[in-house]
Amino acid sequence: MSSRRHFLKALAQGAATLAVSSTVGGSLASETATGAAEKGHKVRWGFLVDTQKCTGCGFCVKACKLENEVPYDANVTRTWVERYVEMEDGTVHADSPRGGRDGFVDPRVDLGRGSFQDIDPSRISKAFFVPKLCNQCENPPCVQVCPVGATYQNADGVVLVDRSWCIGCGYCIMACPYGVRFFHPVYHTAEKCNFCYHRITKGLKPACVEACPFEARLIGNLLDPADPVNRIIQTQRVNVLKEEYGTKPQVYYIGLSQEVR
Amino acid sequence: MPVHGEIWTIKELFTYPNEYIYWSIQIVMYPFMTGLVAGSFVLSSLYHVFGIKKLEDIARFSLVFSFALLPVAPLPLLFHLQQPQRAMNVMMTPHFTSAIAAFGIIFSIYGALVASELWFLYRKHFVETARKLAGKSDRGLVDTVRYWIFTALTLGAWDIRDETLRQDEKAGRILAGLGIPIACFLHGYAGFIFGSVKANALWMTPLMPVIFIMSAVVSGIALCILTYIVTVELKKWLVKRKQRSQAARVAAGFERARQEMAGVELNVIRTTTGYLVAFLIAAISLELLDLVFRGYTAVKSWDVLRSVIYGKDFVHIFVLQYGLGNLIPLILLLAPGLTIRRTVLAVMLVLFGVFMMRWNVVIGGQAFSLTFMGYMHYQIPIVPRDFETLREGVAGALIVAATPFVLFWVLTRFLPVFAPEERTA
Repeated sequence: MSSRRHFLKALAQGAATLAVSSTVGGSLASETATGAAEKGHKVRWGFLVDTQKCTGCGFCVKACKLENEVPYDANVTRTWVERYVEMEDGTVHADSPRGGRDGFVDPRVDLGRGSFQDIDPSRISKAFFVPKLCNQCENPPCVQVCPVGATYQNADGVVLVDRSWCIGCGYCIMACPYGVRFFHPVYHTAEKCNFCYHRITKGLKPACVEACPFEARLIGNLLDPADPVNRIIQTQRVNVLKEEYGTKPQVYYIGLSQEVR
Repeated sequence: MPVHGEIWTIKELFTYPNEYIYWSIQIVMYPFMTGLVAGSFVLSSLYHVFGIKKLEDIARFSLVFSFALLPVAPLPLLFHLQQPQRAMNVMMTPHFTSAIAAFGIIFSIYGALVASELWFLYRKHFVETARKLAGKSDRGLVDTVRYWIFTALTLGAWDIRDETLRQDEKAGRILAGLGIPIACFLHGYAGFIFGSVKANALWMTPLMPVIFIMSAVVSGIALCILTYIVTVELKKWLVKRKQRSQAARVAAGFERARQEMAGVELNVIRTTTGYLVAFLIAAISLELLDLVFRGYTAVKSWDVLRSVIYGKDFVHIFVLQYGLGNLIPLILLLAPGLTIRRTVLAVMLVLFGVFMMRWNVVIGGQAFSLTFMGYMHYQIPIVPRDFETLREGVAGALIVAATPFVLFWVLTRFLPVFAPEERTA
């Protein structure tokens, strides 16, 4: 264990040096990594979603709910999958029934209020799935607005919630442009995805990453130049969600289409 | 398993799974109540600071009323919190990048300021009453308790020579002057809480704090006028009843007092409604400016906002808020030959209009999804079925709305709001 820690430390130090002097790209990832490295941090968790690989099976949602004890049938979830269906006439349909927990077995689009819309498969121009989770933003608005400091950003970039201190005002829920936050039905405090912090800090992978059969979800250290996930983010064309809010999200997407909200 | 917000939210089309109406009726009540506090204080300051003599009568009244409203401003927040027992955490570990964090501090400063101003205003009354009670030979239990309370209220300052009273007046004026920016801050800051949420397309505008201040003053003045009229009418009615039971020789005296009161009342009302109209026009102009600007710039969120403003919330915004709550009272107040009865109707509509404005901001801001592809409808719980639907439903809102009147009644036991001549009449 200690040798591994030593190895990681050495790697991270190397990463810090590299990140500072790196001239590769001007991507958000490297900017974030540079900032973190300058502060002497060794780990900056980042996430990579390959939408091309996602089949909307919902295993990630299931695994997350069980791992993080979010009541299985409660209509809130730390992670979810969205389905987008674009028709030939340009109309875009989207839904995420039960967060996609049970997979998208119904070809009809969920319109809410218990109604569904039939889709003519021959008129579909494209259709795809997009997994969503907390973006662990570099500039998290939820942390900014928490009046008591119950939600905070760790040195490794992950935004956490202190259940013992949260007053349940809901300001953080309002401030998040991605809709990742909710009130936990049991604890009645703000709740969100934290990349399975209890797992990643022990060298394990998040439950959703572990559960994904297609490797559509990956996690990596943005300060480690040798990290395979970081390599992809650095070298391939990736995008983030709702960049216009200035939140600097750290969940990167491959194959992100403009229809995605 | 029920999720907070799910019970009163109906989702339509594509919304994120965790989206619900998290800020419900109590968050509508919060800016409404703080607005009343700030507004009634500003009204009282118009007399104390700017020396608008015509407002003397209502100034004392509105200051006491502002104090009665004060404890009610944080009440809706407390009702709304998922962990109300931890409310004091805000004072213990205030996280100052949050707009809510300073609430406790600003609120306490403001409360202390209003209390001090009231003390300077009523010190003479406290001393006189305490002395009178002290001199009473056969004091009962009630009078003894009253004597203790009034003695405590003097804070040991028994000197009521003209010279010291003039100093009291000066101190009151300084506090009233200081109070205006703090009252505006207290409420403008409630506007900032909404206006600074960049994730919400409807809320995010730098105009929000200013709009909130204007509508706060409007609602505060309207409520003061309404309560003032009700109180004066009630007194007149009591005088009339006494008059019937008294001998004919004193009746003439009572009649004179009653007529004098009626004259004073209409005069006060006319001046105050002038200020009400001015602030109302300022508020409407700012709100319309915001609307026009949004339509003209038409950024990404405009499509969904337009569908909410001109579609789903049309009745709430244009019929109830602007029509019933703004336009009709403006006509009622500006038409010649203003009467008390017409004023009552107008100010009630103004209060309704400001309430609808808060509703349309708070609930309207959550009527559309962050996806811009879906909607959420709020169904306010009317009959409470459990604690949650009690505190975040009609019942909870009514409790919040009724509390200041109860407090006002209690306060007026110690802080008489009318000039002594009127009281003895």
